[in-house]
Parts: sequence; structure tokens; C-alpha cells
Amino acid sequence: MWHDGTMEFAVRVTVKLREGIADPQGATIERSLPALGYDGVSRVSVGKVIDFTLAATDEASAKSEVHEMCEKFLANPVIEDVVVEVAPA
Amino acid sequence: MTTEVGVVLFPGSNCEHDVVDAARLLGADAHTLWHGDATLGAVDVVVIPGGFAHGDYLRPGAIARFSPIMAAVTDFARSGGPVVGICNGFQVLTEAALLPGALQKNKGLKFLCESTTLEVASDRSVMTRDIAIGSRLNIPINHFEGNFTCSPDTLRELEDERRIVLRYVDNPNGSVGSIAGITNREGNVVGLMPHPERATSELLGSTDGLSLLRGLFAS
Repeated sequence: MWHDGTMEFAVRVTVKLREGIADPQGATIERSLPALGYDGVSRVSVGKVIDFTLAATDEASAKSEVHEMCEKFLANPVIEDVVVEVAPA
Repeated sequence: MTTEVGVVLFPGSNCEHDVVDAARLLGADAHTLWHGDATLGAVDVVVIPGGFAHGDYLRPGAIARFSPIMAAVTDFARSGGPVVGICNGFQVLTEAALLPGALQKNKGLKFLCESTTLEVASDRSVMTRDIAIGSRLNIPINHFEGNFTCSPDTLRELEDERRIVLRYVDNPNGSVGSIAGITNREGNVVGLMPHPERATSELLGSTDGLSLLRGLFAS
């Protein structure tokens, strides 16, 4: 806990294409793996991970702040979904 | 009075001079506007050109949307001023919520740089108001993220309100409804992936871009 009453949280935002949105990178990887002998792979999807540290008063307010960031900036809700993970740093 | 065209320059834009040249070719005056300025000055038309604004970091258009000039562009658009986003400019306009939908990676994951045949699908926009519906135009594309997508509700709305301005005759990138360009409800904001400013001379292979730009620069 810092003197201003906040503590640090480790945040991981995973941004993935929404269900039904074409994922050409995932499809290409899926098509390529059998060439290396990996035949059991299906449903490959490619996303991105954004990690950062956030100072907040508690976990609930950290989470709601991160979700707000996602809506405004970190993801485009027309094509992307997010998974937010927050843990004490 | 001569139309004054303002072409927004972000770090990473790379088609601004082509748009300025095309505007001058058509008898308009044109100059670039720096993205960091908070005002537009005296302009009659705003064009957001192609390129890679702010390196396309995070998503194309995601950072550009927060450039100081975008608040002025939004006010200008809301008051009825003509605003056109070409290629990366289209991506910026969707991120700025001046147009619906989003541009995702091309189907097939290929950067596409080629001529396309477009069909004018609506005359309800500042670019197409003087062009007969069904006219075919030969205009190049040059993009990786040009695959237009939107929710089924939005697509229905765009179709019902005749806001799909241009469609590809032979869909190159997987866009829903073969959409190459759309407009807002009022018809004064247009986004399109093809580059009309690159089809302004026989030397460039086509002059069909002039018909889209002529309508716009006559604003």
C-alpha cells in the first residue's frame, strides 16, 4: 500500500477477435502446422497481450478502470473482445 | 469562390501530397493541416489521407483518433462540413466513430496493391451526388486492413439508408457486402478504401478518380 492509499496491480489485457470475425492469421497458422507434422491442431486464433501496472485503491476499482480503458481505447468493440486479468503486483 | 481543401497530416501519413495535387488539378486550393493543431482554419473540405498514421500502432486509426485536430474535424463534420477519409483515413473515421463498422485484415492475409473496379452504389454522398448509380470506376487499392465489417444491424441500416457508396465488382479483401466505401446518415462524411487521388491521369492508368473528387471539391 502506497501513502496515497493505492496499491499496484499487475494487469494483463488479452485482446482477441470476436467470434465470427475472420482471423486470417489464425487460419494461416492452422494451415501451416500440418506441414511440420502437427496434425491435431484446430481452432487457432491470434490476439495480442497488453501488460501493465496500475495503481488503484482496490482490485474492483482496478478492474473497472481497465474495462473502461478497453472500451475507449485498447480494443475495438466492433471486432474485438477482451479478457482482463488483475492481480496484486 | 475557390474551394479550400485541408488535408490532415499525421506522423506516418503518406498520401497527402497526392490529394493536394489532385485538388489543384481540379481547380481547388489545398494545403496540409498538422494533426497537432486544434483548429482547422478556413477550409471548405477536409480529407484524411492514406498512410500509417502514428505507425498504425495498436490498431489503424486508434491513436490518430486522439490527435488534437480530430476534435475540430469532428465538429466540422457534425456541422455538415464535407469530410472524406481515404484508406487509412477511412480507418481513422471509423475509430473516431464518425462512421460505423471497422476495417479488419484482408481475407487471405495479403497486402493488396492493385487496380479494382468499383460500382457506384449510392448518390447520397458528397463524393457521388453527381454520378449515376451503377457507374463503374477503375481505381486502385493499397491496403492490408481494408476488409470492412460491421454488425448485421448496422449493415441493414447502411443498406436501407442507401449509405453504401461504393462496392467492389470483384471483392478483393473479403469486405461484407463487397463494401468499398460508406457514408454517414447526412452524406457529408465518406470513408473509402480505394485511392481516387491515384487515378487522376492517364499516366497513372486511370482518370476515374477525378469523377469522385470533382464532386467533393465542388463542395
